[in-house]
Amino acid sequence: MTMQDTETKSAAAGAKAFPGSDSRRYNYFEPKGRKATHYEDVTVDVQPDPERYLLQNWIISFGDGTPTYSKDWTALACTDWHGFRAPDQEWERTHYQRQSTIVGMIQNVVENARRAGAPARFDKAWVTLLQNHVGAFKHAEYGLGTALMRAQRYGYTQMVNNAILTNASYKLRFAQDLTLYLAEIGSDIAGSNGGGFDLDAGKAHWLDDPIWQPCREAVEHIRAATDFLEQYFAVNLVFEPLVGELFRSGFVMQVAAAQNDFSTPSVISAAEADYERNLANAVELFALLLRDPAHGEANRAILQRWFAHHAGLAVKAALQLQPLWSLPRVKAASFVEAFDRARNRVAAIGREIGIDADLPALPPMEVGQPASAPAITDAAAE
Amino acid sequence: MPDGLTLNKITSQKGIGISEAARRVADLGWTPSYVKEAMAFPTDYKISKAPRDPMKQVLRSYFPMQEEKDNRVYGALDAALRGDMFRNVEPRWIEWMKLFLAIIPFPEISAARSMATLGQLAPGDDLRTGFTMQMIDEFRHSTIQMNLKKWYMENYIDPAGFDITEKAFGKCYATTIGRQFGEAFLTGDAITASNIYLQVVAETAFTNTLFVAMPSEAARNGDYALPTVFLSVQSDESRHIGNGHSMLMSVLKEPDNHLLLERDIRYSFWQNHMIVDAAIGTIIEYGTKHRDKNKESYAELWHRWIFEDYYRTYLLPLEKYGIKIHHDDVHEAFDSIVKKNYVHKIAQFFSAGWWANFWRIEAMTERDFEWFESKYPGWYDEFGVWWENYAKLSKPGSVPITFADTGYVYPHRCWSSLVPCVIREDFQVDEVDGELFTYASEVDRWTHKEAFAAEYQGRPTPAMGRFTGRRQWEEVYDGWDLADAIQDMGFVRPDGKTLIAQPHLSFEEKDMWTLDHVRGHTIRSPLLALRGMTPQQRQTHIDEYRKGFKIRRV
Repeated sequence: MTMQDTETKSAAAGAKAFPGSDSRRYNYFEPKGRKATHYEDVTVDVQPDPERYLLQNWIISFGDGTPTYSKDWTALACTDWHGFRAPDQEWERTHYQRQSTIVGMIQNVVENARRAGAPARFDKAWVTLLQNHVGAFKHAEYGLGTALMRAQRYGYTQMVNNAILTNASYKLRFAQDLTLYLAEIGSDIAGSNGGGFDLDAGKAHWLDDPIWQPCREAVEHIRAATDFLEQYFAVNLVFEPLVGELFRSGFVMQVAAAQNDFSTPSVISAAEADYERNLANAVELFALLLRDPAHGEANRAILQRWFAHHAGLAVKAALQLQPLWSLPRVKAASFVEAFDRARNRVAAIGREIGIDADLPALPPMEVGQPASAPAITDAAAE
Repeated sequence: MPDGLTLNKITSQKGIGISEAARRVADLGWTPSYVKEAMAFPTDYKISKAPRDPMKQVLRSYFPMQEEKDNRVYGALDAALRGDMFRNVEPRWIEWMKLFLAIIPFPEISAARSMATLGQLAPGDDLRTGFTMQMIDEFRHSTIQMNLKKWYMENYIDPAGFDITEKAFGKCYATTIGRQFGEAFLTGDAITASNIYLQVVAETAFTNTLFVAMPSEAARNGDYALPTVFLSVQSDESRHIGNGHSMLMSVLKEPDNHLLLERDIRYSFWQNHMIVDAAIGTIIEYGTKHRDKNKESYAELWHRWIFEDYYRTYLLPLEKYGIKIHHDDVHEAFDSIVKKNYVHKIAQFFSAGWWANFWRIEAMTERDFEWFESKYPGWYDEFGVWWENYAKLSKPGSVPITFADTGYVYPHRCWSSLVPCVIREDFQVDEVDGELFTYASEVDRWTHKEAFAAEYQGRPTPAMGRFTGRRQWEEVYDGWDLADAIQDMGFVRPDGKTLIAQPHLSFEEKDMWTLDHVRGHTIRSPLLALRGMTPQQRQTHIDEYRKGFKIRRV
């Protein structure tokens, strides 16, 4: 008689007890908490490395001998790259659920607003601002999304790469949200007042309006960075608090309601919520790198250098946006206050991870008259 | 309500059309002017034409669609448990899922990473959304498959092997073959890897056997979970096929690329055949208990999916663009399955090394023999005695079949595909950079020596990848005792002595092999032995190897 003749009837868990029959947990990694989370189970060690189970090492290399994954792809070093866990714990199911919920929320708001004829009642100056400047800002979001999409190739663990991947997904979705939102309300506005809503104006401003050029320059520097963690750092710890949030929360979301616009803040709010999660992930990673007993100090020096470079560009970009706060007919927010909040925010984030991110307060003169920013440039593009 | 009037018609707002939406989204890109982005991913191809997006889908319709697909998948998994699926599932099948699901999440996430490459290399931004969706799809596939595996581990009678899955992926002689597949998606020349190997060949041709044929077999074995997950995965593949074709059309616009395209389609097709057919052919034909003679064999499935659907309707039309297609390779691949018993020889190899696995392989029985004989006449003559021996030697205390006097010759390993050189008459040997290597076939030899080199037919190809690492598992453990190697890999159950792998499906402790049962046998690397021979000994060995062997009854 052979062994298969004795096979048991049921193949369900618990049908027999034998060595290993109760080993029902992935047992090859240390959970961060007492028990592995679902995110950890489906994420940890899917991307192996020679120090962790890869008996035969990477088996294909690039032409120059670089292996499939290399620690040299970032200037930062870590004693244990596998120690990082993304606080947002995203895996495919939670990612789709969240993205889909956002899409549904935006669609409901926009449809209701359009059904009620809201876009036609937006203040005319505000409509021009949406067309030219929210229209320009969508390109910044897209640029950050494409930078992150490239960055998700290079991380040394699955946890790092997946956090960057979902960040890219959120950014690219938001850039599309803005694009399609403007196209839709644009058709209502064009139809109601006959004034037209130029969907190409946003890109024209992004490319040529002096207000947006430092912003474009800052985004292009992030896209061109060759260190993927410099990109991730510059997006979430520098550009987002100093420019992204400044424009989204510090301007659009505060000002819109006073211009009879209740739908734009809802669309924009999704990006603010996205950013909170992406920021948490990024802070966790960079804090881990700065806490590293062997490499923390060296990492700090690198981050400090990256901060100086990208914060310089981002501050310039932020200051150049200042004239936008003067454009709405009803002035419900102040650039000085918004920038001050951004400055405090970036300093707080710096303290969280352990770098000095204090930026000087704005001198009063600069606040009133930005050196290179013309007061209003919309007329030129219209 | 009047005829034809719906709530949707009353409430919906006039939106923008799909084409207009896609056009607006593609217009988000711009050419940087302050600082140029360095091309991060090396390629020897020239690409000047911007690829077009054939799907024209935007993310706001993609996310809800995917969430709905997920809801169906997870609902079905719950239903399978409520319906007590595991009471009736075939253990023979689920055991092979320990191997398959240890491998597949890595190629999936490698594909996600490779979208970074294509996103940067493709001129323009028209296809960026397509690549973005593919990136997120692959993230979906990787984590949904890890979830499925966890689900099997929690609910199947024998979780051992599932519990060490990603560790096993890094250690096992068989999973390295899958890693060759996954690493090839994202390493080396970016177009070779991410467009040709991944999209044009793996996704367009071989996902049909991976994600369509295999789930059908799962359902026949009482496993409704695998079809639920993998048919949902496959529904994403049509988007990837579209991305790949669009990119390919851009690449072949440039006549300078044609030589490289010929090289890469040849290498990719052959290696996909070697790897996917070895793994999936074995799982479909040897992991099943379903022996209905009316169902298609793997050879028949291959003919339908690969030969008819892919070769005739996808590859052949490329010739009109001036791309040379190696028809002989396609015919040879089919012949290797129907005439040279490729899949059966691979299954024989997997069973020969059962002790190094982290899943169980059960012996084939009379019922299996009948089916194989009807589908592959002459099968019993070549493989019947092997499996009868395997059954006899499945009791603990028997000699592990690898070391029994059966006449079986442990195979050399192919340096290109990492699959063993089981079709003995096709065995090849060659030197590269003064070192001796072994190959399963002439195309595999060409792949290593000519395709994966710094120059191809006189043309510099600095971006092309290189084969590296400790590619042969046997070399790592050369001279080791079986028990020590198994322990080193960690393929032992929590009691510290019982093997995870077993050559049977008995769940009685008394029937299970332990480290002591396999101790006293030594692993040898055929390649190291070959390298150690004199030229004359080597030639004799190669001639003998090519003659093959006849299995004796023990």
